[in-house]
Amino acid sequence: MVASAIAFFVVFGMVPPLIKALNRKSWAVKDVNRVGGAMVPRPGGPAILAGIITAEISLYFLLPQEKIITRGITALLITTSAAFVIGFIDDRRVMGGWFKPLALVGAAIPIIALGAYEPNLAFPLFGEVKIPALYLGLIIFMIPITGNTINSIDVMNGIASGFMMIASFSLAVVLFIMQNYSVAIMTLPIAFTSLAFFRYHRFPAKIFPGDSGALTLGAAYGVIAIVGRVEVIAAIALLPAIINSFLFLSSVKKIVEHRQIKGPTTHTEDYKITATKELDAPVTLVRLIVAAKPLTEKEIGFVVFRLAIFSGILAIITAFASGVVVWPSS
Amino acid sequence: MAQLLIFTFIGIMWILILAGGGILVTLVSKISISGYGEQMDFFVASLIKAAIALLLVAFWVILLSKLKNKIFQKQINT
Repeated sequence: MVASAIAFFVVFGMVPPLIKALNRKSWAVKDVNRVGGAMVPRPGGPAILAGIITAEISLYFLLPQEKIITRGITALLITTSAAFVIGFIDDRRVMGGWFKPLALVGAAIPIIALGAYEPNLAFPLFGEVKIPALYLGLIIFMIPITGNTINSIDVMNGIASGFMMIASFSLAVVLFIMQNYSVAIMTLPIAFTSLAFFRYHRFPAKIFPGDSGALTLGAAYGVIAIVGRVEVIAAIALLPAIINSFLFLSSVKKIVEHRQIKGPTTHTEDYKITATKELDAPVTLVRLIVAAKPLTEKEIGFVVFRLAIFSGILAIITAFASGVVVWPSS
Repeated sequence: MAQLLIFTFIGIMWILILAGGGILVTLVSKISISGYGEQMDFFVASLIKAAIALLLVAFWVILLSKLKNKIFQKQINT
């Protein structure tokens, strides 16, 4: 609870001065979905990173000095910091579509170097498979996937932080159910960091997390999934964001920076958000949500949060079902 | 209705994930090779398992793509 409180109050206290500092530097972007297009400071990534880092460092000293905890927290600190740097570079200077996935592969290396993983992949209901070589590939892919997936859902006020808050709390519950208490406690700072940041990011947003904030949250979530050996269940909790990436990639058919493609949505006269009529615009989760009728930004946020809660419940059901082994593994 | 379809799609993905895991654990992980020496047997079996796993992932993506087109056809065409 101490670490969670640290994470919450560091972010809660750090964001207001960060907003002032970003405004002084004119580091702000236009909120295209708001009437009049207000300028919103970005990135909030430094506050998100500070919340996670201070909380996890305190956990390093508070939790028992077991191998999984010390190595896990060290890997989380290094990988998350590296993801932040990658995102920050992209915030300041728009890089190509391949930059973030490739750079995040590098951010995943400390997990392997520190040995903060078990090379067995656990499949709910069916047991584990030993895949020592393949598992290294899974680690290399996991961090770019979780990082970019959260980044790609950061399209409207409050969605990325609110979604991560729900997914992280769900993952913490999953880890508690699976009696992996230490890693569950390591997950809570991510949830409380997201909760504190959501206070400022929700509609109407006072700050945007930017790529640095979204990648930091996504990478931290990915490390927890690996260290906690809940890769599959963690992916289930992220399903709405994964669907968003899947829809986008299957309609665009290439990895491309989202700023380089046509917007999947547009505005009605009363400034509600509606699906674009452009046939070559990508299909995204938000485009599907507003396909039937235009919605306000706030209403879209609530739909995404309902989807996140639904996926979180599926993840928790899966965790409970994991105790029932349908097919004993050898 | 559109939102209900998204919930349905998430539910189908969940079932596909669990089923895919089941296939990997019950069938693919049991594959073993013999006759090339202990080291080589392990290596060849791992290669075959990796290839099948990748094929399963590709099949999974194609299946989801087809499902996506079927479920969201009306929405995507709007």
